[in-house]
Amino acid sequence: MATVQSAPTRPAADDELRRQLTGAGLEPSRKRADRLMTVVVTLAFAVALVPLVSVSWTVISRGLERFDLYFLTVSMRGVFGGMDAGGIYHAILGTLLITLFAALISVPIGLLCAIYLVEYGRGRLAKSVTFFVDVMTGIPSIVAGLFAYALFALFFGPGVRLGIAGSVALSVLMIPVVVRSCEEMLRLVPNELREASYALGVPKYLTILKVVLRTAIAGIATGVMLAIARVIGETAPLLIVAGTVDSINTNVFDGRMMTLPVYIFGQYRQGNVSCVAGATDCIPTINFDRAWAAALTLILIVMALNLIARLIARFFAPKAGR
Amino acid sequence: MAKRIDVSDLNIYYGSFLAVADVSMTIEPRTVTALIGPSGCGKSTFLRTLNRMHEVIPGARAEGKVVMDGVDMYGSDVDPVAVRRHVGMVFQRPNPFPTMSIAENVLAGVRLNNKRISKGDAQDLVEQSLQGANLWNEVKDRLDRPGSGLSGGQQQRLCIARAIAVKPQVLLMDEPCSALDPISTLAIEDLIAELKDDYTIVIVTHNMQQAARVSDRTGFFNIAGTGKPGRLIEIDDTSTIFSSPHEQATEDYISGRFG
Amino acid sequence: MSTTPTRRPEGAEPSLTPAESMTHGRASLANRAFARLSTASGVTILALLAAVTVFLVLEAMPAVTTSPAELAERISWFPEAGGILGYVGPLVFGTLLAAVLALLIGTPLAIGIALFISHYAPRRLAQGLGYLVDLLAAIPSVVYGLWGSLVLAPRIVPVQDFLAQYLGWIPLFDGPAAHPARTVFTVGVVLAVMILPIITAVCREVFLQTPRLHEEAALALGATRLEVIRTAVLPFARSGIISAAMLGLGRALGETMAVLMILSPGFAYSFALLQAGQHQTIAANIANQFPEANTYGVSTLIATGLVLFVITLAVNMLARWIVSRRAEFSGAN
Repeated sequence: MATVQSAPTRPAADDELRRQLTGAGLEPSRKRADRLMTVVVTLAFAVALVPLVSVSWTVISRGLERFDLYFLTVSMRGVFGGMDAGGIYHAILGTLLITLFAALISVPIGLLCAIYLVEYGRGRLAKSVTFFVDVMTGIPSIVAGLFAYALFALFFGPGVRLGIAGSVALSVLMIPVVVRSCEEMLRLVPNELREASYALGVPKYLTILKVVLRTAIAGIATGVMLAIARVIGETAPLLIVAGTVDSINTNVFDGRMMTLPVYIFGQYRQGNVSCVAGATDCIPTINFDRAWAAALTLILIVMALNLIARLIARFFAPKAGR
Repeated sequence: MAKRIDVSDLNIYYGSFLAVADVSMTIEPRTVTALIGPSGCGKSTFLRTLNRMHEVIPGARAEGKVVMDGVDMYGSDVDPVAVRRHVGMVFQRPNPFPTMSIAENVLAGVRLNNKRISKGDAQDLVEQSLQGANLWNEVKDRLDRPGSGLSGGQQQRLCIARAIAVKPQVLLMDEPCSALDPISTLAIEDLIAELKDDYTIVIVTHNMQQAARVSDRTGFFNIAGTGKPGRLIEIDDTSTIFSSPHEQATEDYISGRFG
Repeated sequence: MSTTPTRRPEGAEPSLTPAESMTHGRASLANRAFARLSTASGVTILALLAAVTVFLVLEAMPAVTTSPAELAERISWFPEAGGILGYVGPLVFGTLLAAVLALLIGTPLAIGIALFISHYAPRRLAQGLGYLVDLLAAIPSVVYGLWGSLVLAPRIVPVQDFLAQYLGWIPLFDGPAAHPARTVFTVGVVLAVMILPIITAVCREVFLQTPRLHEEAALALGATRLEVIRTAVLPFARSGIISAAMLGLGRALGETMAVLMILSPGFAYSFALLQAGQHQTIAANIANQFPEANTYGVSTLIATGLVLFVITLAVNMLARWIVSRRAEFSGAN
């Protein structure tokens, strides 16, 4: 079926080809064009590396200036002006908690939805779920933030700022990613294993739970890690619904919560400090310094999650002999 | 332990497509029944209706009666999952669970069903099933190694051990040797001869010599043409089928004139 | 079924007759419950998307129903004239301008990178190089914002000056170029970098799906690598590239932080890429005004968010539609 349907595209390519190839004798120009293309394409790749190297270099070199144990273990409580003090403990805590709750919401829904699509989904409902999961991946993060705000404002009144609202916003962004990666992993499980299980008289739900999920678990864990890595750097929705605060808050259900990305933005926005001439405890660039160090921390967290994901994929995948 | 199966007027569909039409046959207990026929004639499809594995494929269904010792397996109150515990199956390609050890694979039917089993009983069941599948001596020292590390023939016998550990009454085999080398094939054929003392066995095979070697009765399926349903042409004692079949089509097939 | 290993004695009746043991039991109840649960999760996704739409519409209603004059009175940053549409208009314009600019810079680059990885780089390196490009996607947008405004903006000034001086006769590059470069041009460059990974990833996948037969046929006829790409790879990949670009566009439209941190905002319908204080995007505007906004302000901002939602939805649906149509026609999955 596939080959028959792709047939219409072939004649065009073949004709083009024949036309080109019968006109041989353009050897030098053909060769030149080919070389030029190689250069262009290689250059394109090199150009892409420029921002990567530049971002990495700046974040590391500028971030390391303030990146130390003190910075990681204190909050911004009571820090003002150009004080050589303050850290990101509260923001790290907020980021971890909000992301954790986002994962607690997204993973069950996403995984079950993927199971539905792979194991049960037939007909129009499955088709529309697939389609809208795709659509959901395209929701701008700021819109997810507005949604969470609208939802919570309904219950808590306008001006609501809660950690959990941030988690809900992140879930909206995370669920489609989890569904996609879990779906892919579940589809990789060979049908033979399902049949083997059915033939042993194992009901479908136990087959899914104990054979399919067990076989795909490493891939699913990897996918979840990557999904977390992807939302942990989200700023805009948290800026809207989780708010900003200078002190530690460990309760996602009560009050504003600082997060690393929002912290970076907050510090950036405060800009340079104008120090009184001769002041000893005043660093004009303190806010930018903190922003860079926090950016370094955030990137390290994202990289760590990516690394863990890859390690899971490598070490816990079933050793299939085939 | 072995059961008789009576199939009457069975029609098998994929969606609205009639794949196999009008099959009636009796499968005797403690015998090996071989199903032969050209590719695409519906023998595997028919085999899969005997333990209701057929309906795992979306849109597939069967109409008619499949009666095992007085119980219609397609009755409205019958749970297909339970049917499969009574009628085990071995597939074309060996498919041990890659996440499980050899012992766990044998116990899969028990464990996956959340049944409790004492350690001693489990060990006994593993040993007995592996012995039943002529695999015990080869793997007894590495029961906790992954099942996927075995050779193809060993994997297939592991799958047979896994199937008989559930203690079915009937064992269905869907071309169990087609992915194996000749020596492994021989081992499986020997095993089939032993298993028939305890089980009713139905085996689908492409290999007529194999059918002649292992089976007591042989059924011949044929198909009139593409898009037409497969039919059971005749079923009789293996010796009769291979020496003096009643139907011309059967004779043509076994003498190698087509298929 | 008994699970004890002792075999039943010859001829004895089994403890359960098939009639008893083959009927529906607790297991099939659990089976159905699980099927329902997972189906419900699928429905949750649909409900969630519906909820997003409904809540946004509900919250946006006040901004639409209240008279423009009252809005202007209650919201400090709301324009005196033009009403809600007059407010959204320049924002939509700015959003599209920045995103399209990012796309124009990013797509050719991404195609080049994808070709490099799929057809030019040594096979052994290809995966690692692909991973390098994927790393660009791992950098949080707020870090891009930081980098864009503190590192890139000062350094891009000469480029802007050059463009304004020599190409200034094109309205797009109308000078004078802004110092520092808090312009939509800088934003476009940063957004292009940000959407590079997604476009590259999709293109790479499509290029690798080119039927080997086509490629080998071309090679066997003596085509150079460039000709193989022009005759076999690109025609096959055309719709894939288009949908990749659309996905990138969707990302660029919704990107908030990089724009917010780099761009000096303004509310004009201006094509002058190199001038500051001319443009603003919907997303950045929301993030900018929301924390301090009152009830009416919030409602207005949510209304603009709804517009952004609809635009990205349309772009993404179009992209997916192209992908699915392509999958049906080419047989490639």
